[in-house]
Amino acid sequence: MFEIFPPALALIGGALLTAMISSRQLRAVVVVAAPLICLYLIWQVPDGVVLKGAFLGYPLELVEGGPVRRLFATIFAIMSATGAVFAFNHARRTELVAAQLYAAGAVGVAFAGDLLTMFIFWEIMALFSTVVVWCGGTEAARAAGIRYAIMHLLGGVILKVGIEGLLVSTGSLDIRPLAAHDFSTWMILIGILINAAAPPLSAWLSDAYPSASPTGSVFLSAFTTKTAILALILLFPGESVLVGIGLFMVFYGIFYALLENDIRRILAFSIVNQVGFMVVAVGIGTETAINGASAHAFAHIIYKALLFMSAGVVVMRTGKHLCTDVGGLFRTMPVTMWCGVVGALAISSFPLTSGFTTKTLISQAAVDEGLVMVYFLLAAASAGVFLHAGIKFPWFVFFQKDSGLRPKDAPWNMQIAMLFFAFMCILIGVYPQLLYPLLPYAVDYHPYKPGKVLFYLQLLLFSGLAFFLLLPWMQRTLTISLDADWLWRRGLERLVAFGAKLGKPVVETAQSKVQQGLNLLTSSARLTMGHNGPLGRSWEIGTTALWIVLLLMVYVFAYYLF
Amino acid sequence: MTQPDNHWLTRPNTIRWLWIGGCSVLAATVLLQWIVPIKGYFGIDGWFGFAALFGFFSCVLMVFGAKVIGKLIKRPDTYYDV
Repeated sequence: MFEIFPPALALIGGALLTAMISSRQLRAVVVVAAPLICLYLIWQVPDGVVLKGAFLGYPLELVEGGPVRRLFATIFAIMSATGAVFAFNHARRTELVAAQLYAAGAVGVAFAGDLLTMFIFWEIMALFSTVVVWCGGTEAARAAGIRYAIMHLLGGVILKVGIEGLLVSTGSLDIRPLAAHDFSTWMILIGILINAAAPPLSAWLSDAYPSASPTGSVFLSAFTTKTAILALILLFPGESVLVGIGLFMVFYGIFYALLENDIRRILAFSIVNQVGFMVVAVGIGTETAINGASAHAFAHIIYKALLFMSAGVVVMRTGKHLCTDVGGLFRTMPVTMWCGVVGALAISSFPLTSGFTTKTLISQAAVDEGLVMVYFLLAAASAGVFLHAGIKFPWFVFFQKDSGLRPKDAPWNMQIAMLFFAFMCILIGVYPQLLYPLLPYAVDYHPYKPGKVLFYLQLLLFSGLAFFLLLPWMQRTLTISLDADWLWRRGLERLVAFGAKLGKPVVETAQSKVQQGLNLLTSSARLTMGHNGPLGRSWEIGTTALWIVLLLMVYVFAYYLF
Repeated sequence: MTQPDNHWLTRPNTIRWLWIGGCSVLAATVLLQWIVPIKGYFGIDGWFGFAALFGFFSCVLMVFGAKVIGKLIKRPDTYYDV
């Protein structure tokens, strides 16, 4: 039927089969096999537009190959397969189906050759990621899912407005580098940044992801923000405003994660932080920077999913989700703990882990462009990542106090998924040359120069010292941190209440005036039309006839005169 | 469910040795700069012990900053429940 089989269709087919198959074992085979078939298909897609179509008279480029597209699609498929291994025995069938369709949306975006195709897959992602959130099954998940859906539909509308505007002004829907210089391009940029969780519209991420099921949040951590990074790479490379936005995201993530008590919400904030690094890189826009953003997205999906897996196992086994409720779990959960530690080291870009070989590419890009401030802020942020995720997550969950909890370690399938991703973190850290050839541009970068390694060791280990010295300040409390979503979760309600309070005297005066008018009307009507009123009382026939004659005379005169 | 806690990692003696070991590693990473020079990109980042101080004080600032921001935005975790 097709010269090239669209890779996303493998996942869509897998989702349909998963929905129909009742045997749990067979379903497990399908949810793991479909992403692997998808991965095979991804590597069959050559560069350039290979599949066209049409929709409402618009030509569509349904599949367009290219190195950066292939790289992102590859990691989406790997993530989908590993996530399926992690989840198949525990997630609801609806969640497995939705997760596959969500991944299909991500792969579809990766290969979309035009903005309309990208938009369609973008919305598929929004739709099925919402279902994944709802599969959390709690009232909190239901409410967070609704807020999540509203935010993504809003982002979709903004993106669509931009796409329509661009089509009208240029006549082209091609995905090509743009510059944010007019209304349409700004709308496209804002629509994408909403999915990248750029503040002020970032609260959807930390609101929804921790509300999903322990397995659902693993899928959620991977696709939405990283497709946004791919879209930025394809559409806005070198857009300088992204440097500032990215730096803001980096520090926003750190501060909020430092204040957070919910285990998975700490990781959610650190997604914003890590995506911030990638947004900075896209903003720098050089070949090294785009390589850095792509490589970091690849590595990030792996270590972030690993961290969410580790946290998910803890939530699943203990039923607790707050740092204040857990601790000391290293005793009975060694595999989960070690995998969590590897993920934490990778996110902190510790030497010999994937984060080191990818994040330092971004720093190198800042150095090459002479961006002194950016370089030092990213270095400070790297220390901050070690602080908020590298140590805080494993310390509060697996060590600190003894909570008395002695849960079992992860089930076998979850252990396999975690160990595979932990292995990948170390593999990319030790042999970055496995990843570098897949990057969009040729790489001439050597991360393991002794001086550079020593620089990062000093930076990170002394951040660790700061953590333990400041531990009394880091103790968690039963609190949440208000975000921009306060404006619509509480602010609007308060505004309405305040408006009502402010308008109360005016409304009361208006009410009394209306009441007075009504009273006047009633008493006048009673006077004229009451039992004794001129129009209400009974008249004698003679008097009535006299009035009729008089009125007829008036009418005849009037008719004659006029 | 609770068991008597006598894991070797939680014993005061172990923790003391962990501190000693940790501090030794920290000192080693700084002293190693005599042997392995750090080629700074912008001058200052090549100074002796710069990364150590930069990492430490960045974190102190961030923890302090988070504390200040927390005063403004922290609410009880039941805030949105009512």
